[in-house]
Amino acid sequence: MIGYSAAWLLALPLAGLLLNTFVGRRYSRTLAGTIASGAVGLAFLIAILMAPDIYGSHGEHAGQTLPLWDWITIGELQVPLALLVDPLSLTLTLVVTGVGFLIHVYAMGYMVDDARLARFFIYLNFFILAMLLLVLGDSFVTLFIGWEGVGLASYLLIGFWFDREDELYGSYADCGKKAFVVNRIGDVGLILAMGLIWTTVGTLNFTEALQGLATMSEAPLVLICLLLLLAVAGKSAQFPLYVWLPDAMAGPTPVSALIHAATMVTAGIYLMARTHVLWELAPMASAIAAWIGVGTAFVAATMAMVQTDLKKVLAYSTISQLGYMVLGAGVGAFAFAIFHLVTHAFFKALLFLSAGSVQHATHELDMRKLGGLRLKMPHTARNFLIGSLALAGIPPLAGFFSKDGILLYAFQHNILLYFLGLVTALVTAIYIFRAYYLTFMGEPRDAHVDSHVHESGRLILAPLWILSALTILGGALNLPFVLTLEHALASVVGELEPPVPSLEIALLVVSAMVAIGGARLAWGAYRRHMAWVDSIRATFKPLAKLAQQRWYLDDLYDRQILRGSHTLSQWLSTTVDQQGIDRAVNWGAETALNWSRKLRRLNDGRVPTYVFSMFVGAALLVAYFWIAL
Amino acid sequence: MFDLLTLVTFLPLLGVLALFAVRSEMFRKVGALAVSLMTFVVSLFLLVNWNPMEPGGFAREVQFNWFPEIGLSFHLGVDGISLWLVLLTTFMMPIAVAFSNLYVKDRIGQHLILLLLLETALIGVFLALDLVLFFVFFEFTLIPMYFLIGQWGSENREYAAIKFVMYTLLGSAFMLVAVVSVYALTGTFSIMEITRVLPATAGIGFQTLGFLAFVLAFAVKIPLFPFHTWLPDAHVQAPTAGSIMLASLLLKMGAYGIFRLAIPFFPAAAAELLVYVILLALAGIVYGGLVALQQKDVKSLVAYSSVAHMGFIVLGLFVFNTQGVSGAILQMINHGLSTGALFLMVGFLYERRHTRRFADFGGLWKSIPVYCAFFLIIAMSSAGLPGLNGFVGEFSILMGAYAVNPGYALVASVGVVLAAWYLLTAYRKLAQGEIVHQENRADVLSDLNSQELSMLVPVVVMCFALGLFPNLLLDKIVPAVELWLPGR
Repeated sequence: MIGYSAAWLLALPLAGLLLNTFVGRRYSRTLAGTIASGAVGLAFLIAILMAPDIYGSHGEHAGQTLPLWDWITIGELQVPLALLVDPLSLTLTLVVTGVGFLIHVYAMGYMVDDARLARFFIYLNFFILAMLLLVLGDSFVTLFIGWEGVGLASYLLIGFWFDREDELYGSYADCGKKAFVVNRIGDVGLILAMGLIWTTVGTLNFTEALQGLATMSEAPLVLICLLLLLAVAGKSAQFPLYVWLPDAMAGPTPVSALIHAATMVTAGIYLMARTHVLWELAPMASAIAAWIGVGTAFVAATMAMVQTDLKKVLAYSTISQLGYMVLGAGVGAFAFAIFHLVTHAFFKALLFLSAGSVQHATHELDMRKLGGLRLKMPHTARNFLIGSLALAGIPPLAGFFSKDGILLYAFQHNILLYFLGLVTALVTAIYIFRAYYLTFMGEPRDAHVDSHVHESGRLILAPLWILSALTILGGALNLPFVLTLEHALASVVGELEPPVPSLEIALLVVSAMVAIGGARLAWGAYRRHMAWVDSIRATFKPLAKLAQQRWYLDDLYDRQILRGSHTLSQWLSTTVDQQGIDRAVNWGAETALNWSRKLRRLNDGRVPTYVFSMFVGAALLVAYFWIAL
Repeated sequence: MFDLLTLVTFLPLLGVLALFAVRSEMFRKVGALAVSLMTFVVSLFLLVNWNPMEPGGFAREVQFNWFPEIGLSFHLGVDGISLWLVLLTTFMMPIAVAFSNLYVKDRIGQHLILLLLLETALIGVFLALDLVLFFVFFEFTLIPMYFLIGQWGSENREYAAIKFVMYTLLGSAFMLVAVVSVYALTGTFSIMEITRVLPATAGIGFQTLGFLAFVLAFAVKIPLFPFHTWLPDAHVQAPTAGSIMLASLLLKMGAYGIFRLAIPFFPAAAAELLVYVILLALAGIVYGGLVALQQKDVKSLVAYSSVAHMGFIVLGLFVFNTQGVSGAILQMINHGLSTGALFLMVGFLYERRHTRRFADFGGLWKSIPVYCAFFLIIAMSSAGLPGLNGFVGEFSILMGAYAVNPGYALVASVGVVLAAWYLLTAYRKLAQGEIVHQENRADVLSDLNSQELSMLVPVVVMCFALGLFPNLLLDKIVPAVELWLPGR
């Protein structure tokens, strides 16, 4: 019964995209959006209906499997296509379809004027289909179908305006290409991890493979985890592969909200939670993951500080928050990583969609030209503020509880991790309130922009308010000491050691104070322009410079790696291929031709030549026999 | 005499006779298409009563005396490997014929006759179980291909045609010597007999020389790096139908020859030398991908991508496990479909714009969206996106390679990244960006018409079908591979 519904989860977006491809676009412009949103909305309802059964059944393996068909059978390499519905995959399914549905509805308002509206919704439904396959697949290979599928959807949607070019992004089409190719580098990690897993335990099914690997020695597990970490770094935009995500903001804002904030980029965290058994047995790999996570969180937060484009602030913020999630998984707090994934999906989608509302009204996201928008866009401003409070980690909004859980376990793991995470939390509060003040408070800075500011329509605002409600109440999913979500996920990602209550309360207080302090700093700096804040800013000047240059990593990639491979490929195709190999081939042919020209002279048709050569031949024969005998 | 295998092989040749009889162009066009379609339908009957109980896993065999004094016989057989290559041939041929019918104006009758001759030769290669018969068919493919490139090609066609023929003949010369030596040693031309006898009787020296001679001939055909430089020339110059045949099928003869002859005849030498072959295959994967990035001509990009893809296939063949070899066989079919379709699409574009240079395009997604949608699907199939056909073979080869040596899989997976890179670069230059040339505007350029769709859609359907249900093929490939493997 459950399995049957799981098939519907996939069938609905598939039906939506097929309908829109072959039928919908011919009728009316609103039909495409209605079909697409309806498909995702229905899928969400089905997921809700499945929830009591899945979350209700506690036990060692609460999951239910739905086999679809035998996909690949090559001797020992057997990959049946099957779906696995358990608390973990259902949680992700609910986020994907729930937040996805809201964003579909929002997009009906946001994209209303676009000429390629139907195509947009076809891509969105395709994304939902691939993402659901990713989270519901019961083997590494099935996950990989979705993994690559969401990559394609992301490519198509980043480059949705493939004919556009501007200073901020360059060619939008190139941004899409960059995302796909960088992700493929990460995918190599997943492919090789599958190679190692399959050669070690002979199966790629999650349950069987994890059981088999649990009895292995540490060395192969560390290697598997590091390979998986490469894949995580690609998809979830972690160091050193995060560089594609800021460029991905070239896509329409609903796409940034859905794919590049709420769902697709969290696939890496899902993968880590799904394979938590391995990480627990490979502490070295986990430690590396934790450091990469917290490092990425910090570095990306500093970069978010210095952005002038509102969406880019949110992009770096997403990288930074994903870093928290990787940190959480790295210190073994998988349930909190998933919890933060869920709350982040709420508040980051809210922030992006609010930014989209601004963009829809002003056609401008450069914060230097915005300002004072709260007057004409009060709903958008309030929603953005709610999102900012949650992101900054101000209690009792959702982000506070989820981020604090991660920091709590980081503290128990390694105080340095905790400290860096806490500093990042401070920076987070500063950059998001900086963005809020610059955009919504103060006076309008650009008369032209200000002249056509207006509040967005209902299709845009309704999803915002719903997301706001989720952002405010989302913490209730997993309140400290109650831990609803953690218990629900325990059957999949394992029980967590409960922390000492006094420590937990102390850390909660510290976090709250840091968040409020950060917000206060931003208020002082960007609202009141206080002198003491300026002196602090002066102290951090070098850091700001570093952040502005994106820590020189993009430079390194562009200048060294990209240009290097271009030079190499240029050299191979001209010097080696044309002037080397091909010339050698032609030289061989010409030499043969020359020799045949020379030899041809022997057959010149003159009797004396033939008589002469006959004599030479006879003489040689005689000489041969003379010597031989 | 009229058994199924002979019929499939010679039906196109019968068609050629009929085409000779009537000179009307219309008749020849319809006739050639009808014959190629009929051959396809007849070849589907190979699937009926599939029962690979014969030794060597052959489901059907037919044998007549040909020249009994020296042990020559007309001997055909089909197993789970050749089956799919024959079906690929008969599937792609009507598409090539339909393309030529639509676009070739010059001496179309002769053009079609050459295509049908090529079909008989190709099917013959894949079905032959007699070494001389194989060699005759193998060499015979050169003749129609030579004329197709030399007569209907682009500006530099004669150079390309001669290079193609001479290069291949050079390889074949060594193979001929090896064929005669094998006969001298075993006294038979029966491929199965030689497979049984030769490994036990031949010393390592003989095996090494024989293996090298066979592999050289096939390496040129595949083409294995660094014997590949004839391929871009031939592809760029060939007419579209010729390119489709070349990429889909002629290259496969090389890989098939290695599978059917070189390795089974000389297993000790193959085991000895496989590292070097694998190194060349890996070099081809990376090299083909890097060089493809630089190409300014769409066709030569696809040609270099073939070098990379064929590198995957050779890698799979030489890792000697079920996954690698089965993946390689499957990938032969997949590459035939997706690269054939890529050349078909380039052909559609060339017939509209009479250029294949990337610089002459850009922004086509705005003017011909249906074309661009199909192009992207095919490009993704070629890049190995899961759900489409290319993935399954590639994945299986990578798993097989990993089991032998993780380093092989690591290097090969660089090719996975490069494939995405050069294909999306091609797509970027063709379809994305603004329209810069007036000739590419929507009111000038027409999107795919129904005739073109009727050629393209079957291939795309197959790409999805084999991506989602690869077991349709693997059910027959894997048992045949498992019969082939022991002792390697």
